[in-house]
Amino acid sequence: MDWPPPGSISRPWKILHFKNSKSAAKFEATYGGPGHLPMSQANIIEIRNLNYVVGGRTIFDGLDMVIPRGRVTAVMGPSGTGKTTLLRLVTGQILADSGAVEVAGSEIKSLSREALYRLRQRMGMLFQNGALLTDLSVFENVAFALREHTDLPERLIRQLVLTKLQAVGLRGAAELMPSELSGGMNRRVALARAIVMDPEILIYDEPFVGLDPISMGVILRLIRRLNDVLGLTSIVVSHDVKEISSVADQILLLSGGKVVANGTPKELHCNPSKIVAQFMGGLSDGPVPFHFPATDYFGELLAREEA
Amino acid sequence: MFKEWWNSLSESLIAAGALVRFLFRLLINSPRAFLRMDLIVQQTYNSGALSLVIIMLSGLFVGMVLGLQGYQLLQRFGSEEALGTAAAIGLVKELGPVVTALLFAGRAGTALTSELGLMKATDQLSAMEMMAVDPIRRVVVPRFLGGVIAMPLLAAIFSMVGLYGAQLVGVQIMGVDSGSFWSQMRASVGIVDISEGIVKSCVFGIACSAIAVYQGYYAAPTAEGVGRATTSTVVTSAVVVLFLDYLITAAFL
Amino acid sequence: MQKSRTLNLGTGLFVLLGFAALFFLTTQTTSRGISFGNAPHFDVTARFDNIGDLKVGAPVSISGVAVGRVNKIEYDSKVYKAVVSLRLDAKYNQIPSDSDASIFTQGLLGGKFVGLSPGGAETFLKDKDQIDQTQSAIVLENLIGQFVANFAKGSPNASSVDSTTAHTPHVMEKTK
Repeated sequence: MDWPPPGSISRPWKILHFKNSKSAAKFEATYGGPGHLPMSQANIIEIRNLNYVVGGRTIFDGLDMVIPRGRVTAVMGPSGTGKTTLLRLVTGQILADSGAVEVAGSEIKSLSREALYRLRQRMGMLFQNGALLTDLSVFENVAFALREHTDLPERLIRQLVLTKLQAVGLRGAAELMPSELSGGMNRRVALARAIVMDPEILIYDEPFVGLDPISMGVILRLIRRLNDVLGLTSIVVSHDVKEISSVADQILLLSGGKVVANGTPKELHCNPSKIVAQFMGGLSDGPVPFHFPATDYFGELLAREEA
Repeated sequence: MFKEWWNSLSESLIAAGALVRFLFRLLINSPRAFLRMDLIVQQTYNSGALSLVIIMLSGLFVGMVLGLQGYQLLQRFGSEEALGTAAAIGLVKELGPVVTALLFAGRAGTALTSELGLMKATDQLSAMEMMAVDPIRRVVVPRFLGGVIAMPLLAAIFSMVGLYGAQLVGVQIMGVDSGSFWSQMRASVGIVDISEGIVKSCVFGIACSAIAVYQGYYAAPTAEGVGRATTSTVVTSAVVVLFLDYLITAAFL
Repeated sequence: MQKSRTLNLGTGLFVLLGFAALFFLTTQTTSRGISFGNAPHFDVTARFDNIGDLKVGAPVSISGVAVGRVNKIEYDSKVYKAVVSLRLDAKYNQIPSDSDASIFTQGLLGGKFVGLSPGGAETFLKDKDQIDQTQSAIVLENLIGQFVANFAKGSPNASSVDSTTAHTPHVMEKTK
């Protein structure tokens, strides 16, 4: 994988052609000129005292967490702890009941629709099943955001798209339709699509689900490599402990609507807390019970018999 | 008992309100959508050109039945020549727009709903949101407009083919004089009748397309949800079309 | 690229067909702009006092066989008569020139048509000829009116048919 070529610029949007000078100015204002990127902030995402209730069920209850810039942060936790909900809150697809979600210095709740869309252009997201647009070819899927947001000449779009496809190793599949791809290829194309606008934050929602070991290895390698080469911040939501431990710089363990543990994979493996030990070790019973809450077992069996 | 009725009534009112609000959202976003003519052309093709065969076949048979029934009825009064008038008025004002709208809901409407529902279920719409592309603008509105453009054209084609069918049975088979057939039709069909048909088909086109994309866009993102939304598209479209048909007919009197 | 070309073509054809259908409906089913086939034909005219609700396109028949159509209906303000132009099929070129034209009703409630009854002349009708002998349409209201009037006068012998033949009395007075 010889990508990106040595000496390439890490923020190619500087060479993007805008449809008019106004949108170029907007872009400048959002991203700042070269060297004015808000790099001073150590944390790209800060969540303070977040509450979120859906359908009477409390998902987050006073959640506090920070995600540092430039590193691979894994968000883990048992099923149903709201990991995907967290991603939707961070990307502004849903709004919190109370509390603050700050992404790259802007409070999500206070953003107008346009400002939110501008913020989203700085994020890339890899969905669980890839979520490729089924009526477009692989090439067009990756080119989608470029075509929608910029007015680049066809030749440049082609180069950008092929570069990204080369990065995920699927340049040869450019003309295939998404239905012709395997699960792993599907996700790699989605990854190429997520990085086509050169985002600052790259979010992976359950990137390993349903993949064979080879595809899993490929995705793992890509997560690490894209993070380091592109200098972006990666957030990986997953519950594959072994895989995540090999790639993450930091793990946040969620349970019961709160962060219960936070540290490097090594620290978490040595964490004495029962819930952390249960999750990291994959034990069937512990603080997260094996049984769904129910009445007394024998009592219920006997009651049935009497009836 | 009353409480159940009241509940289902208020449910339908809420649904109707949501649909109308969604329609306004579509209309507000529509002018801008014409900047992307390629998307509208593609959706006009999907909703219109691909429905052409079923519309023409149905139109032919409806016209032929109309010719046969009309002939039988008019013969009793010795005025078979009025068949042309009867067929033209029936097709242009009523059967053309209404039957086309029902077929459109069944063919193009369900296709729109299930397509949007599947896009939602497979996170394609969320993915667009994440790429800072408004799915309403990029996906929903072009589909809506494609349907709105296709429907009046389909209705006109239906009426024309239907008229040919009526002519085929009435003139070629039953032996009504073709001159009387056409001349009486021309004398009694006014431009008002044609415009009533056009107004109806335009309104039905807006209603059916809006219902189809609404059901798809708000479908529960599961296989079952998409199935239910598709059924709902056909049922809702049929009821709404017949209701609007009455309103427009009354308005034109 | 090829795909989008077929797509555009398909859509274009569909839209064209749609507008053709709309055009057809607005012009062919209403009284705006009427076209006839281009089969060989010749035109003759006939003047009637009253054509009832005879329409352009109504058939012209001899012995019940359609031989042509009403092509044009005008009003001649000099002689106060309706001038009906009949377009006859070129193959019926042996209609005696002294034939007469009458306006009949098809069935009880049907439309009007023009019936020709052949005369005995040795010359035949040709293009731009005029049929001199005509019989107007029977207007139901007039018939009833006459009948009631005659009945009131107590002269049941008066035939209502007289008044509907070629020259109705009041028209004749005006012509003089």
